[in-house]
Amino acid sequence: MVGKDCVAIACDLRLGLQALTVSNNFPKIFQYGDNVFLGLTGLATDVSTVSDLFRYKVNMYRLREERNIAPRTFANLVSSSLYERRFGPYFVSPVVAGLDPKTGQPFICGFDSIGCIDFAKDFIVSGTATEQLFGMCESLWEPDLGPDALFETISQALLNAVDRDALSGWGAHVYIIEKDKVTKRLLKGRQD
Amino acid sequence: MEVLLGITGKDFTLIAASKAAMRGATILKASDDKTRQLNKHTLMAFSGEAGDTVQFAEYIQANSQLYSMRNETDLSPSALAHFVRGELASSLRSRKPYNVNLLLGGVDPITHKPSLYWLDYLASLAPVPYAAHGYAQYYCLSILDKHHHPDITLEQGLKLLDLCTDELKRRLPIDFKGMVVKVVTKDGIEEKPFDDDKVVKSA
Repeated sequence: MVGKDCVAIACDLRLGLQALTVSNNFPKIFQYGDNVFLGLTGLATDVSTVSDLFRYKVNMYRLREERNIAPRTFANLVSSSLYERRFGPYFVSPVVAGLDPKTGQPFICGFDSIGCIDFAKDFIVSGTATEQLFGMCESLWEPDLGPDALFETISQALLNAVDRDALSGWGAHVYIIEKDKVTKRLLKGRQD
Repeated sequence: MEVLLGITGKDFTLIAASKAAMRGATILKASDDKTRQLNKHTLMAFSGEAGDTVQFAEYIQANSQLYSMRNETDLSPSALAHFVRGELASSLRSRKPYNVNLLLGGVDPITHKPSLYWLDYLASLAPVPYAAHGYAQYYCLSILDKHHHPDITLEQGLKLLDLCTDELKRRLPIDFKGMVVKVVTKDGIEEKPFDDDKVVKSA
């Protein structure tokens, strides 16, 4: 979710096999550099595999270029890496959020499982609670939210969306990304 | 109808596995040990397709022991869990994937923190306080949800295990021939005696 000179990204913590909850401590957001974040929903094994793959690729990028990867560059890396598996895809729907290291402009985008990028200037949603999240974001989000208002907006949107979805919830992680500060908060949420 | 159970406590990790080796509806053996010791502080229990299970478990066991010999230090349970996940994940996208579900329990040799990892045949990895595989999940997880605390003693842990196995005996349609119970502590791995002949009356 985009704010004024800041972005936020949030995920729930549930890991389940359809209706059976296996774990309630399975974060789906991963950090790649100072202000580049990747959220992954979908098949749990591919969430781990893809996050590990990008950790490797981003570390190699950093060694080659001697600088951190920018969110837009990372988004294109995600896209091309997913399309490499065009006919046997990773079953994930990624979301990238970050701030451009030069301009400080917020950047968010989403992908389908084969890497088609969906750029947005307001918010991106993904996962089993997509419909609920669209409803919440569409009604709560407004342009130019400050970091604190953005935290409140994204948290309420996520919490209320996952409470209407039987397959999501059980706690949440919320990251607020500002120019030279990243705040990570753990939301308890409903535990049922 | 294979049963794998894992429970962590204050300073230990309990791993239990059913003793029945089955093929279709036939029980071939009633004293099967579905666990392998990976190093001094890590134990792995496995279920799944016959053949795949032991082959994969012993491949992991051999590699973990090779690491220990080469580096004169053991991999931590967390490191091993991620290694196993990597192997299972690459197998998943191969021509013939391993069909193996695992529980990996251990105590960190340095911090002495107990840990338990749940890993299924799709290579989904989750660190958990207690875990089960197969049909046992449906009966045991709710019992453990109610009764488990992170700082239970070994005696309380074994009591919890009794609670779980009693429920399984009560509700599972096939006899799983009792359990092999092993406990991992900072001093190593030890097999615990378990009363397989206890009769549980159905409700």
